[in-house]
Amino acid sequence: MARFILSKLLYLVPTFLGITIIAFSFVRILPGDPVLLMAGERGVSPERHAELSAQLGYDKSVVLQYFDFLGRLFQGDLGNSLVTKKPVLGEFMALFPATVELGLCAIIIATLIGVPVGVMAAIKRGSWFDQISMTTALVGFSMPIFWWGLLLIIFFSGILGWTPVSGRISLMYYFPDTTGFMLIDSLMSGQKGAFSSALSHLILPSVVLATIPLAVIARQTRSAMLEVMGEDYVRTARAKGMPERRVIGIHALRNAMIPVITTIGLQVGVLMAGAILTETIFSWPGIGKWMIDSISRRDYPVVQSGLLLIAGLVMVVNLLVDLTYGLINPRIRNK
Amino acid sequence: MTDTTVKLSDAAIRRKMLAEFWFYFSQNRGAVVGLVVFVLLVLIAAFASLIAPHDPTMQYRDALLVPPVWDEAGRSSFLLGTDAVGRDILSRLIFGAQYSLFIGIVVVSIALVGGIIIGLLAGFFGGWVDTVIMRVMDVILAFPSLLLALVLVAILGPGLTNAMIAIAIVYQPHFARLTRAAVMTEMKREYVTAARVAGAGNFRLMFKTILPNCLAPLIVQATLSFSSAVLDSAALGFLGMGAQPPSPEWGTMLAEAREFILSAWWVVTFPGIAILVSVLAINLMGDGLRDALDPKLKRS
Repeated sequence: MARFILSKLLYLVPTFLGITIIAFSFVRILPGDPVLLMAGERGVSPERHAELSAQLGYDKSVVLQYFDFLGRLFQGDLGNSLVTKKPVLGEFMALFPATVELGLCAIIIATLIGVPVGVMAAIKRGSWFDQISMTTALVGFSMPIFWWGLLLIIFFSGILGWTPVSGRISLMYYFPDTTGFMLIDSLMSGQKGAFSSALSHLILPSVVLATIPLAVIARQTRSAMLEVMGEDYVRTARAKGMPERRVIGIHALRNAMIPVITTIGLQVGVLMAGAILTETIFSWPGIGKWMIDSISRRDYPVVQSGLLLIAGLVMVVNLLVDLTYGLINPRIRNK
Repeated sequence: MTDTTVKLSDAAIRRKMLAEFWFYFSQNRGAVVGLVVFVLLVLIAAFASLIAPHDPTMQYRDALLVPPVWDEAGRSSFLLGTDAVGRDILSRLIFGAQYSLFIGIVVVSIALVGGIIIGLLAGFFGGWVDTVIMRVMDVILAFPSLLLALVLVAILGPGLTNAMIAIAIVYQPHFARLTRAAVMTEMKREYVTAARVAGAGNFRLMFKTILPNCLAPLIVQATLSFSSAVLDSAALGFLGMGAQPPSPEWGTMLAEAREFILSAWWVVTFPGIAILVSVLAINLMGDGLRDALDPKLKRS
C-alpha cells in the first residue's frame, strides 16, 4: 500500500508543476504591460515603471521570475489583490468554507438520492420506474443549471415566497464566524431562527448545484449495478438460495459501489465549475463568485492564484479518490 | 467446385454496415426522438431567415415586455412575447439555433482534430513523446473546464470566437486520451504489423491503417462534447464572456433577462427551454450512438 501511495504522489509532481506554469504564464500572456496589469496603476512615469518592475521582479528573466513565483508559493505567499490590497490566500481561506458548505450539501443530496435511485432502476430494469428515473436523469444531465436556478427562484421565491433569493443568511442575524460554516455557526450562536434562516438560504443553491452530479451518480450506479448483477458470484449466491435482499445488499451493491465512489469523487471538478454559476445566481459569497468578480474587475493576482488553488484542490481530491479506490479494490493496489 | 464466396462491392459493404448501424440505433427509442429533434433544429437554423416572423435585433418600441400570445395581454404578432427592449423572443430563439449549432460544430471540430493528432502521436510513438503529451493533458484536465475556459476568454478577450477556442482547448484532452488508448490497443494487432512489413510509412500507418479502427469511441465522445459545448458556451454567454449582446445567443439572452425573473417569466423561461431541449436531444442521440457503436453493449 505504501508503494501505491508513493507512486501516486510522485505522479502528481509534474502535474502540479504544470499547473503552476499555467497560472504563472497567465499574467504574462495577457495583452498589455504586465507591470501595469499587476500593479493596477495607469499612466505611470518611466521611473515609477522601473521601480514597480523591480518590485514585482519583472526586470529579471522569465525563468528566474518563475522560480521566484514558485519560491513565494511554497512560503504561502500568493500575492495581494489589486482591489482590496489584502493577501489573496487570506481572502481565499475566508470564502472557501462557504463554497465547501454548498458543495458538501450538494454532494450529499446527490448521493443520498442518486445511489438508491440507480440501484432501484437496475433491480427493476425496464420497469416504469427505471424508464422515468433514467429519463429524468438525462434531463438533469442536460440541464443548463444557471437557468434551472433562475426557474427555482421564480417558483420558490417569487411565487411561493418560501425561500430567500440570495445570500447565506438573513441580515437580522449576526454572530462571529467560528468555523465559517453557516449551519454550524448559526447553531452555536444560539440565536432563535438563525439556523432555519441559514438552512433556507442554503437549500435552493444546493439543489441547483446537486442537479448534474445527481444525474451522473444515478446513471453510473444503475450501470454498475447491472454489470455486477450479471456476474457469476451473484448467480452463485442466488443458486445457493440466498434471499434476494442479501444478494443485492451484500454481493451486488458492495462491488457496484467501487466505480460509484470514484464517480462521486470525480464530481468535485464538476462542482467547482457549477459553483461558479450557482454562486453567481444566488449571490453566494464563495470562491466561484469571487473568481467571476475578479475576472470582471481584472484583479489578475486573484485570478492567477485562484486558478492555482482550485486546480490544486481538484488534484488533491482526485488523488484521495485514487487512494480510496486502491483501498477498497485490492486488484488496483497490487497491479 | 466453384467458389461460393459472395463478393460484395465496397458500396454494398458500406450499405450493409449502415443498415446494421441503423438497426441498433433505432432499437433505442430515445435516440430516434433525439435525432428527429436535432434534424428539426438543423432545419430551423438553416431556414431561420424564412421562418422567423421578425428581425431578431429589431426593437419594437411600442411593444416592450409583451407577454406570450396565450396571456390576456399578449399579441398575436409576438407568439412568445417580447423582451425588455421590444425584440420578438421567438425570432431571437430561432436565430439562436444558428449560434448553438455553429458553436457545437466549431468546438467539436477543433477539439476532435487536435485531440486525434495529439493522441495518435502519443499512442503511436510511445516513450517520452507519450509521457510529455499525457502529462500536459493531465494538467489541462486538472482545471474545472468552465473555469479554465473563463480564464482563457479573459486572456483572449470576451466574444464568441474566443469562447469557442477556449472551450475547444478545454475539451481536446478527452479526445487525445481516447485516441491514445484506442491506438495503443490497435498497435498490437497483426494487421498493423502486416502493414508495416508491407512497407507502409509512419504517416500511412497512423492515419490510414490505425485511425479508422479507433473512430467508434471518438464519435460517441464527439456527440457528448457537442452538447457540452452548447451548454458551456451558453454559460459563458450568461456570465457575459461569450457572444456579446445584441446577438440572439441563448445564454446571452438569459443574461439580459436576469433582472426580469420576478416580473416577466417568459423572457427567462423560453431561452432556457431552447438550451435544454437541444442539449437533451443531442445527449439522447449520443446514448443511441454508444449503443450502436460499442460492440460490448450490443445485445447479441
